[in-house]
Amino acid sequence: MSAAPQTHATAATLGGTDPAGGHEPLVLLELIQRLKVRDVMTTKLTTVSRAAPLRQVQELMRKKKISGVPVEESGRFFGLVSIDDIIRALGGGYIEDACSRHMTTKLVVLEDDMPLSFALRYFDRYHYGRFPVLNRDQRLVGIICQRDINRALLVELTRELHRLESSSAKNAEQDGTASIYVLREFPICKYDFENAGKAANQIKQLLQEKKFPPKIIRRIAVAAYELEINLCVHSDGGVLSWQISNGRAEIIARDAGPGIEDVEWACRDGTSTANEWIRSLGFGAGMGLVNVKRVSDEFEITSKKGSGTTVKSVIYTDVAEQG
Amino acid sequence: MTLQSVIDAVGLESVLVPDAHVEVTGAYTSDLLSDVVAHCPDGALLVTVQNHKNSVAVCTLVGAPAIVVVHDREIPDDMLDVARREGVALLRTPEDQFTASCRLGCVFKRAD
Repeated sequence: MSAAPQTHATAATLGGTDPAGGHEPLVLLELIQRLKVRDVMTTKLTTVSRAAPLRQVQELMRKKKISGVPVEESGRFFGLVSIDDIIRALGGGYIEDACSRHMTTKLVVLEDDMPLSFALRYFDRYHYGRFPVLNRDQRLVGIICQRDINRALLVELTRELHRLESSSAKNAEQDGTASIYVLREFPICKYDFENAGKAANQIKQLLQEKKFPPKIIRRIAVAAYELEINLCVHSDGGVLSWQISNGRAEIIARDAGPGIEDVEWACRDGTSTANEWIRSLGFGAGMGLVNVKRVSDEFEITSKKGSGTTVKSVIYTDVAEQG
Repeated sequence: MTLQSVIDAVGLESVLVPDAHVEVTGAYTSDLLSDVVAHCPDGALLVTVQNHKNSVAVCTLVGAPAIVVVHDREIPDDMLDVARREGVALLRTPEDQFTASCRLGCVFKRAD
């Protein structure tokens, strides 16, 4: 039998419950959105072919101390042999049979470019010990278990901590005052309309707490919102960062692709590459960059087709309340 | 005008009204969220066909206290959840955008 495993969970929907329960520190939530499954998964795989006897899998599990072995030939994924399958084979007396006859083929798999938050949701939903990971071409590229996630999160959190410590030390050195209000980064995932607008809203709330003039807040919020939506709609995912210091609010949207072919055209009112689905949600009217430009005191965009785009909007915050 | 007096004067269906006494300054009619972000005045009702939670996100951003969904379009649960969390009222009318906007216009004109 050469039927490919069922991959009914690959087209995961965005949204649903917050994978981390909604009460975790923001930095952790940002991490699980920013990290992709491919950043966390194990890529050094121990695999067997369909013809391999279950006995061989049993030996591999013992030697490598693993609890599941994917069945794969030239990158094509056929199924998984788990410890349960081996126990059943020993009990049923068919441990010398080929894997293809007894492997599990009804599998939930993940795709390598899904955010880590998806993987966490799946562990929560399905209670499996591991998930095979396929790439866009449906080739087996890795396997992910909860231990991989714990390890990756610890590494990333340590890195983040170092970064925060060194940046706050640097800021204190630079001006010795609290004139830098905030330096924040928000990872934005492609088509994640579930969270679209959240970054802009957080920025707005903070500015309201700091008692900035309402008109300045509105301009900053508009720039942040449009850049956030642009990352969500047009990029393959990116980061929205913002900083307020020395009378300037700087909002920067940076992504790694796909890049804009004609920047001048993209900045024109009413021009858009958005598809019908995006438009039906009320986005993609071709007003985004125009709106950002309109509210900005300084505006810069750099992009190259095939690589990334960076948009920078600066709004002066030290001006008197404008009419 | 208070939200409740607008609801009563136009005959809107109250799907969710977190604060009936919130002050409403006018209305803005649009289905393009970038247009709403750019031009919707603070305190205005948003009249739209966009029955999804991104409309609520935009209202929170611009300080619009309520959304009027036209054509009696269904309000999905996740939109209701976000609106409840953000304190944005959700209203509904069987009428189209033009008719609903005209009615609102008359009500605000009378109140002037």
